[in-house]
Amino acid sequence: MSMINYASREINCKLVYYGPGLGGKTTNLEHIYGKVSPNTRGKMISLATETERTLFFDFLPVDLGTIRGFKTRFHLYTVPGQVYYNASRKLILKGVDGIVFVADSQIERMEANVESMQNLYDNMSEYGYDLTRIPFAIQYNKRDLPNAAPVKDLQASLNPGWPVEDAGQQKVVPDPAHPGENLVDRVSNEWIGHAPYLEAVAVRGDGVFDTLKLVSKMVLKTLS
Amino acid sequence: MAGAASWSFSENDFKQIQQHLLAFLRDSNARCALLVDRTGQLVATVGDAPQFDSAAFASLTAADFSANDQLAKMIGEHEFASLVHQGQKESMFLADVAKRVILVVLFDQRTTLGLVKLKGKGAVESLTKIFEEMFNRVGAGPGGQAGPGGTPQKGLLEGAEDEIDKLFG
Repeated sequence: MSMINYASREINCKLVYYGPGLGGKTTNLEHIYGKVSPNTRGKMISLATETERTLFFDFLPVDLGTIRGFKTRFHLYTVPGQVYYNASRKLILKGVDGIVFVADSQIERMEANVESMQNLYDNMSEYGYDLTRIPFAIQYNKRDLPNAAPVKDLQASLNPGWPVEDAGQQKVVPDPAHPGENLVDRVSNEWIGHAPYLEAVAVRGDGVFDTLKLVSKMVLKTLS
Repeated sequence: MAGAASWSFSENDFKQIQQHLLAFLRDSNARCALLVDRTGQLVATVGDAPQFDSAAFASLTAADFSANDQLAKMIGEHEFASLVHQGQKESMFLADVAKRVILVVLFDQRTTLGLVKLKGKGAVESLTKIFEEMFNRVGAGPGGQAGPGGTPQKGLLEGAEDEIDKLFG
């Protein structure tokens, strides 16, 4: 739920990093925290267990710049990835403006990815939010690992697409990040939409800012 | 609904909110009052300027309130409309406003919880009225004028695609 404050001239938006446990959500935020100038970010808050597993959420406010004289402030949240913490995970989705799904590319984590994606759809629909209509991107993390599954397999499992029913959106939309691929495409007489995706190695910072930029830009464009 | 609805408030709304909060601080002798929306965004601060990171404080407040909401439901209550965290010197009183905003009052030994709660009730009632009017105006711009797309945000960033692109290089 973006909030426009005309008194302080700020646009505030909420981004949530979702995904299975140990997938790299907190690592994304830690990299952003480490790289962004202290003038443009606030304190990072982590509600974690003693073993540094996220218990409730991580939180990092970041200023991305000024548009039309309004400071654009994004509040980045992660959710606890472990299945056990669904009640608190769902709370963090309240009022979300954009979502990054951080998938763990390791073949062994495929099932955990699918389960977490299903959980995201379920939790969103309980709030009455439609994941296919809000800014949403998938980050395939840990691409450097030898046991990383091929991106096409991850795409087939986690981003198979949804039917595009709005006639105004039934046109081919090329994916700017992946030449030859489309975000909206016609497959055997049906229009199918996909979430944009990126590859990342969050622990090295590869793809972390590209993901943040992609989703925050999508969020701002929903306001224009 | 595609996603969460957006909302905005004008400088007039802000002035009204401030006036009510200032009157409440004067009557209750509390140190500081903050308004935080349910998603964790800080809406307003009145009174002694907080010495802590207010963005972090706001996100934790919203999480605290939401977690307690769920706890209330689990024990068969509809909600906990207010919460108290009492410390040795510093304490907090939190109360729901119009189901969308949380009033957070910071107070110390110069006043009592009873007085804060008593005066807080009146403040919550007047703030609820202001916020309900604001939310009923959905579709109205800051000056009460409907934006071209039906929301003030559409008016605000309409045609700003170039600026948005530039922001991200």
